[in-house]
Amino acid sequence: MTFIQKVWAIVWKDIASELRTKEMLLSMCLFSFLVLIVFNFTFDTGLKNLRENISGILWVAFIFSGLMGLGRSFGVERDKGTLHGLLLCPISPWGIYLGKMIGVFIFMVVMEIFTLSVFTVLYNINIIPFLLPLGLIIFLGTLGFATIGTVFSAMSATTKARDVMLSILVFPISVPMIIALVKATYIILWGGAIQEIYPWLKILIAFDLVFLLLAYLTFGFIIEE
Amino acid sequence: MTHNRAFLKVFQFVTFFMMLLALYAIFVYAPVEKSMGIIQKIFYLHVPSAFLAFFAFFITFIASILYLYKRDNRWDTIAFCSAEIGVIFCTIVLITGPIWAKPIWNVWWTWDPRLTTTLILWFIYVAYLMLRSVAGENRRSNFSAVFGIFGFVNVPITFLAIRLWRTIHPLVITGKGINISTPMIHTLIIAFVAFCLLFFWLLINRIGLEKMRLKVEEIRASIEDKIHLEHEKQGG
Amino acid sequence: MSKDNYIIEVRGLVKKFGFKTVLRKIDLSLKKGDLLVLFGPNGAGKTTLIQILSSLMLPTSGKVWIAGFDTGYDREALHKVIGVISHNTFLYNNLSAHENLKFYGRMYKVMNLRERIEEVIGLVGLRGYMNDHVQTFSRGMQQRLSVARAIIHDPLIFFLDEPFTGLDQHGVEDFKQILKKFRDQGKTIVMTSHDLDRGLELCTQAAILKSGNLVYKEDVSNISQDDFKDIYFQHTGEQKMPVYVY
Repeated sequence: MTFIQKVWAIVWKDIASELRTKEMLLSMCLFSFLVLIVFNFTFDTGLKNLRENISGILWVAFIFSGLMGLGRSFGVERDKGTLHGLLLCPISPWGIYLGKMIGVFIFMVVMEIFTLSVFTVLYNINIIPFLLPLGLIIFLGTLGFATIGTVFSAMSATTKARDVMLSILVFPISVPMIIALVKATYIILWGGAIQEIYPWLKILIAFDLVFLLLAYLTFGFIIEE
Repeated sequence: MTHNRAFLKVFQFVTFFMMLLALYAIFVYAPVEKSMGIIQKIFYLHVPSAFLAFFAFFITFIASILYLYKRDNRWDTIAFCSAEIGVIFCTIVLITGPIWAKPIWNVWWTWDPRLTTTLILWFIYVAYLMLRSVAGENRRSNFSAVFGIFGFVNVPITFLAIRLWRTIHPLVITGKGINISTPMIHTLIIAFVAFCLLFFWLLINRIGLEKMRLKVEEIRASIEDKIHLEHEKQGG
Repeated sequence: MSKDNYIIEVRGLVKKFGFKTVLRKIDLSLKKGDLLVLFGPNGAGKTTLIQILSSLMLPTSGKVWIAGFDTGYDREALHKVIGVISHNTFLYNNLSAHENLKFYGRMYKVMNLRERIEEVIGLVGLRGYMNDHVQTFSRGMQQRLSVARAIIHDPLIFFLDEPFTGLDQHGVEDFKQILKKFRDQGKTIVMTSHDLDRGLELCTQAAILKSGNLVYKEDVSNISQDDFKDIYFQHTGEQKMPVYVY
């Protein structure tokens, strides 16, 4: 119980802090908006045979702007010197990890809701009938992304060339997840049978569980000096 | 020490001999494959390299776990050296693959599960090496060990995902088997053994080199330290 | 080990960054109620020592016990009994003073948090600024709030790394009063300072750290302030009167 309260305290602190300036949320949303626009030009999505790309565009928008949030998750703590304060609190490394990870997850979900609404309008796709399966896929994808991203954010925050390093670490590891997300989203958006997404769902769940477990086992090593 | 050096000398000689033997087997002993022609010979280079790249990354994975468990810097050195050599073999695979594929499949590259997984693997371990070069000294070993574990665990998931992804589309590669004759199998085995020896020879030497580098750095630091302390004593 | 007699016990502590040795075989033991001030020039390893004592860093070799807890293993339990103040305030700029204290109070699971926040914020003299954002605070006010943050869970042991940094004369006086109060309450304090006068005024133990060696440690009741200063200058080779003519 105490553990959950402490984790929640970290999440609350990140959210309260962000709501003061809304700097990060706004830039994340704006960025994903821009991605949607730019891809519209590069792929001319009005053409029927290119519709397959649309689920990919959605995830590129999610992941690239999610990366902005990730970079700041530990980056800000380090720049402002609050990381040591956090590490000195009586909570296990896993607790710190969970707190930061849930924070990133929530910011990403807010950005994704915004992006989806813009997406619906710009690409003229009605997502209302698919809201449930799509929500599930987005939940699993965002969780997986926040899971590995928080680990790498804690790493890259201490290195030179922080943002570049974060992308280089996150992308190769997230490949199976991205494939599964794009395919599953494609099946859902074009009215495929729900059974078709099961194999992808399995991969997503496996990915999330495996890396959550690994984060649990290794996060203590990352924050020690 | 001398014992060790003698062993290395013998090992080096055997490796060299096996490499020569492999070259002979590939170009003289093994017949030219009927349908593919001379280009098929790249296989003797390609297949052992692919195996050794995976094997090297597996060593990195195991050494990373052992490092975190035992906190012994030797495991960190082994993990690093193995990853470095693994990247070299992985690069060989990625270069020889397309050279073979162009005349045979008519494309340089196809997003086949094995090819794609190898490419992702290459990216993961290049990232591993970059992480080592940018991370601070007292964090480097922990960071790279954790990434070494994440990277390797990711490989089977990636392979599964890519296989599932590609089987939805018609396969570019059909099961066009190669007519392997007995001399070809012999050649492949010889090449395999030669490459394994080469790998271990490289790994042992790379680890030795890295240990020497660490030793030199340590000596330099201790000399600088002594000078610093001496200087202070005189100043004070 | 005699770790039960001492509240802080350091045995053979060595810290290296890569191959650079920062602390060399430090042995140190303090009883409950001691106030140790670590003096030393820049780069002597004072901050590193404080960070190792507060478990932010792990020693390369050697052992550290704080209140019976091994800093390498019982970190969570250890964190409950220590308070750390450094020149870095550990405060979140976008949050108000009250929110900062609320966050840290929750992390330490402080009982009656609302009253406790009132109490500590009064103690550091920031009662009127409760709901102001930290980024509007002056450096001195931030440092005061940092003190409030460090004492919110009423720790037994304090680690202070140059705590006077950024405080004005008034703030220094207030802070000294707080420190004296802690000393009288029997809290154990380890503090670094390069200011001999301020440090000596407060401490019960004085130590000199130089190039990673603990070259001197003595109970201040055994030695006069002037004698200590002589020893300090002898060891560090610094000028007797610091020259501030820039």
